[in-house]
Amino acid sequence: MTISSALPTEQRREWEHFPHDADVGLRGWGATPAEAFEQAALALMAIVTQAEVNPEIAVRLKCEAPDLELLFVEWLNAIIYEMAVRNMLFGRFLVRIENDRLEGTLWGEPVDVERHAPACEPKGATYTALRVAKDTDGRWSAACIVDV
Amino acid sequence: MDPARFTRVDGTTWRVEPSGTMRVPVIIYADENLIQDMDDKVFEQAVNVARLPGIVQASYVMPDAHWGYGFPIGGVAAFDPDRGGVISAGGVGFDISCGVRTMLTGLSVADILPVQKQLADSLFHQIPAGVGSESAITLDAAEMDAMLAKGAHWAVARGWGEMRDLERIEEQGRMVGARPDCVSDRAKERQRREMGTLGSGNHYLEVQAVAEIFDTAVADAFGLAQDGVVVTIHCGSRGLGHQIGTEFLKEMVVTAKEVGIDLPDRELACAPIDSEVGQRYLGAMRAAINCALANREILGHYVRRVFAHFFPDNDLRLLFDVSHNTCKVERHLVDGKRRDLFVHRKGATRAFGPEHESLPAALRPVGQPVLIGGSMGTGSYVLVGETTSEAKAFSSACHGAGRALSRHAALKQWSGRKIVDDLASQGILIRSPSTRGVAEEAPGAYKDVGAVVAAAEHAGLARSVARLRPLICIKG
Repeated sequence: MTISSALPTEQRREWEHFPHDADVGLRGWGATPAEAFEQAALALMAIVTQAEVNPEIAVRLKCEAPDLELLFVEWLNAIIYEMAVRNMLFGRFLVRIENDRLEGTLWGEPVDVERHAPACEPKGATYTALRVAKDTDGRWSAACIVDV
Repeated sequence: MDPARFTRVDGTTWRVEPSGTMRVPVIIYADENLIQDMDDKVFEQAVNVARLPGIVQASYVMPDAHWGYGFPIGGVAAFDPDRGGVISAGGVGFDISCGVRTMLTGLSVADILPVQKQLADSLFHQIPAGVGSESAITLDAAEMDAMLAKGAHWAVARGWGEMRDLERIEEQGRMVGARPDCVSDRAKERQRREMGTLGSGNHYLEVQAVAEIFDTAVADAFGLAQDGVVVTIHCGSRGLGHQIGTEFLKEMVVTAKEVGIDLPDRELACAPIDSEVGQRYLGAMRAAINCALANREILGHYVRRVFAHFFPDNDLRLLFDVSHNTCKVERHLVDGKRRDLFVHRKGATRAFGPEHESLPAALRPVGQPVLIGGSMGTGSYVLVGETTSEAKAFSSACHGAGRALSRHAALKQWSGRKIVDDLASQGILIRSPSTRGVAEEAPGAYKDVGAVVAAAEHAGLARSVARLRPLICIKG
């Protein structure tokens, strides 16, 4: 499996946040699970900042899990980890999924507190309200609660 | 939540008797209004906890409970290793040892007011807070392991804190049994540049005034006087704790399945206490507790440094430092016998009553300070542990107001800018890198902390000592 390093053009918005008492629910949609994962990653980043994140640096990561739902949590947690250790925010995502393995590329830049005005920091993606499924309209959705 | 789902025992005690696969009852301490405002998920989650192997006495719910993951936030449960008890990563949560410390400044409101703005600005500049803030400390591998093994003792030895603080910290500043070798490289990497940072979300640093005293004798013993000023810090084990929570949750889902534990919810992921994974988690979680204790000690040192600039003769003493998300081995009386139990507190405060052996001499006659965080605009409370608290909920009490509205709903209702201006007109200065963060944490998004404290007091979990009102709040 190889992944293109080409920067995706500005991604359309097909994600949402949904309410949770203390934390934040997020959901992404797409024609494939990979697209739904990309959209959910945009939703994850929107928890942190509503500002534009410039795609200056590309970071690649891999993860795997026994099923798509667990793979989704792995994916979000891998992004949270990269944000934390690199002190970066990401604004564009590309995902390839083959069997139980995922390869992703994240494009972003170091946090600029003044410009990004980050609101809060995701601690971890949880299994609560976790669902990755093909909806009745044929689109895939990927959702869970993120602890912030 | 419909109170009719519970059997009412008294004004603040409600039960759900065991049925189906529940091993023990659920006992919730709250008044009727607080229960009505809780999400139905709290009921579901408390019942699920009651199904876990080796649970002792009851699955308890504190008055500030809300929907968590696996355990409700405000959930307390103890497990007996001799009866197949488990340890649950979900029962501790991602923010391991998140907690509160309150420091006595010896100053009065009149001392603070002339420099309130400068003090707010200085604290905001000196205390790294929020996403993207940078710590002045970077740990190499050896220092990381030393910090994880020694907690606040490590911080004091490096000059970030004072020896006399240690007896005023839960576990005397160092959680015994920590095993840095059980902490992954990824968790350590996440923490390498995060020591002495406040974090974000509901974490804060507040300069507060004592607004009201309810128990003069205990307030005297605690060093709290009317219009006295204290500093309260709310934060936890930062990235290291989050990563340990993430990793062990995943591992324990597999373990539970392997040992035949039927999980009603994946977030209840757990392992037998005496299993290899269970022991490894304990070692890692205790290391994360040390990380949180060291982190709050360093932040306390930074506060002292800022105050020393404005008040050169000032001497900040620690009242107490207590955690909200832990699993601790404690000896409790059950069925007439003292047993060593693994007490999980997820969004709950340890609340030891008077004469408890772990308390320092100055506090032993009165009991442990129970520090209840508020939100930016509403007050915080200092309570004291009651002797009755042990029988009620393994010496536990509530930990804060608890959210009443989601961040989502708060954002629709409030503007961060307006909250900052409104609070400023009430004499409360907010400093935060994000106005959206302020809106999400709007005081109105939290429950009435006074009602929560009143219910905890009525239930015999802890007794009110003083109410604090904010003067300055630094939000991450």
